[in-house]
Amino acid sequence: MNHFGDAMRYLNDPFNWTRSDGILDLLAEHLRISTLAVLAAMVVAIPLGMLLGHTGRGGGFSVALSNVSRAVPTLALLTVFAVTPIGFGPTATTIALAVFAIPPMLTNTYVGFRGVDRDVVEAARAMGFSERQVATRVELPLAMPLLMTGVRTAAVQVVATATLAALVAGGGLGRIITLGFRQQDYGAVVAGAILVAALAVLTEVLLVAVSWALTPGEKRLPFLTARRVSGVPEPTAAGVPL
Amino acid sequence: MLTAVDGAVLAVDAAPNPWFDLSYVIDNRESILRLLGEHVRLTVAAVVLGALIALPLAVLARRSRWLAGPVLATSTLIYTIPSLAMFAFVAPVTGLTTTTVLIGLVLYSLVILVRNFLAGLQAVPADVREAARGMGYGPTRLFWQVDMPLALPAFMAGIRVATVSTVALVTVGVIVGHGGLGQLITGGFAANFYRAQIVTGALGCVLLALLADLLLAGAERLLTPWARGVRA
Repeated sequence: MNHFGDAMRYLNDPFNWTRSDGILDLLAEHLRISTLAVLAAMVVAIPLGMLLGHTGRGGGFSVALSNVSRAVPTLALLTVFAVTPIGFGPTATTIALAVFAIPPMLTNTYVGFRGVDRDVVEAARAMGFSERQVATRVELPLAMPLLMTGVRTAAVQVVATATLAALVAGGGLGRIITLGFRQQDYGAVVAGAILVAALAVLTEVLLVAVSWALTPGEKRLPFLTARRVSGVPEPTAAGVPL
Repeated sequence: MLTAVDGAVLAVDAAPNPWFDLSYVIDNRESILRLLGEHVRLTVAAVVLGALIALPLAVLARRSRWLAGPVLATSTLIYTIPSLAMFAFVAPVTGLTTTTVLIGLVLYSLVILVRNFLAGLQAVPADVREAARGMGYGPTRLFWQVDMPLALPAFMAGIRVATVSTVALVTVGVIVGHGGLGQLITGGFAANFYRAQIVTGALGCVLLALLADLLLAGAERLLTPWARGVRA
C-alpha cells in the first residue's frame, strides 16, 4: 500500500493543512457551502412539510418528489445551475445542494406530521387550540424525531455531495481528489478520500448525537434501537448513496 | 449575405448557447450512443453483481443475529462514504479503468440490496416456514418456494432503488474518465459551458433511470401475479 503511505505523508505535512487553499481553507469552504445549503433547504422544506402534513394534502407530491430526485444525478444539477445566469461559483453549488436537501426534509416532516395520533389533535382542538397552535404546539413536538432524522439525512447528504462540486471546478475538499487525479498524485487522491470520508462519517455521528440530545421523548441512540421486523427497511434511511 | 454577417457578429459577441439542440444530438449520435452503452453496461453489471453477492449475505445475516449487526453496520458505513472518495480509494489499485467505477458501484448497490433482501427475508412469517418444514420441505426448497416468493416484493423494491441510484452514480465515474453520460456533463462544462451537451447528458441520465424503473416495475408485476389483485 505505497499510495496509502504517500497519503499519510501528505496528511502529516503541516504545510498541506495551513497553506492558502490547503486542507483547512478547503474544509472551511466545504462547511460554509454545506451549512448555507442545509439552512436554505430547511427554510423551504420544513414549513412546506408542516403545511402539507397538517392539512394532509400533497402526500403523493412529496413521495413523487423524493423518488424523482433520486434519479437526477447530483453532478447534473451542480452543472446545470452553473450554466444559468447565476454563473459558476459557490452560489450555484449552494443552490444545487439546497435543492437536493429539500426532498428528504420535506418527506420526513410530512410523514412525521401525518404520524401524529389523530386523537391527540382532536383533543387539542376540543381544548380550543387554533389550527396554528395545533401545528406548532402539538404536532411539531410529536413529529420532532422524524423531522430531525430528515435534517440529519439531508445534512450528511449535502456534506457528501459537496465533494462533487470539485468535478465541475467548484471548491471544497473534493478538490484535493480531483487535483490529485490531474497530477497523477495518488497519495493526494487517497489523502483527499480519507478526509472526505472522515468528514462525512463525523457529520453523521455528530448529528446523531445532536438530534438525540434535542429530541424530546425516549432517549435511545438510533444504532442501539432494536430493528423492527418488516418487509420495508427503515423508513428514513439515507435512501441513496451519494 | 446579411444573415451571414449577422452570424459572424453573433459568433464574436455571444455564441448561441441553447439549452437543447437536436442537431447536436444528431451530429454526435455515435459518441452519445457509445457513452449510453457504457452507462447501461456499468449499471446492469453493478446491480447484477451486487444482487449476486447480497443474496448469500442476507441469507447468512438472517441465520445469526451476531452476523446481522456487523453486516448492517458495515453497510451504513459504506453508505456514508461519498462516491468520489470511494472511487478515489479504488483508483490507485485498479487505475483509470471501468473496473474502478464498477467496484465502487457494486459496493453501493450491494449495500442497498443487502438491507432490502434482509428486511424481506426477516418479514417471512415464522409459522409459514414452520408449516413448510412440517410438510417436509428441505432447506433448498424452503428457500426457493417459500422464502423467495414471499420476500420478492421487498427484493424488487431494493433492486429498483439500487438501479435508479446506480444510474445517477455512474456519472461520478468521470473522475476516472468512465462516467457514461456523465462524460457529456463534464465535457460540456469544459467546452466553454456548452449547455446542449450538458443537458443531453443530464436528461439522458434521468430518462434512463425512469425507463429502468418502469421496466423493473413491469418485471415485478410479471413475477408476482398473485399480488396484482391485492394492490389494485
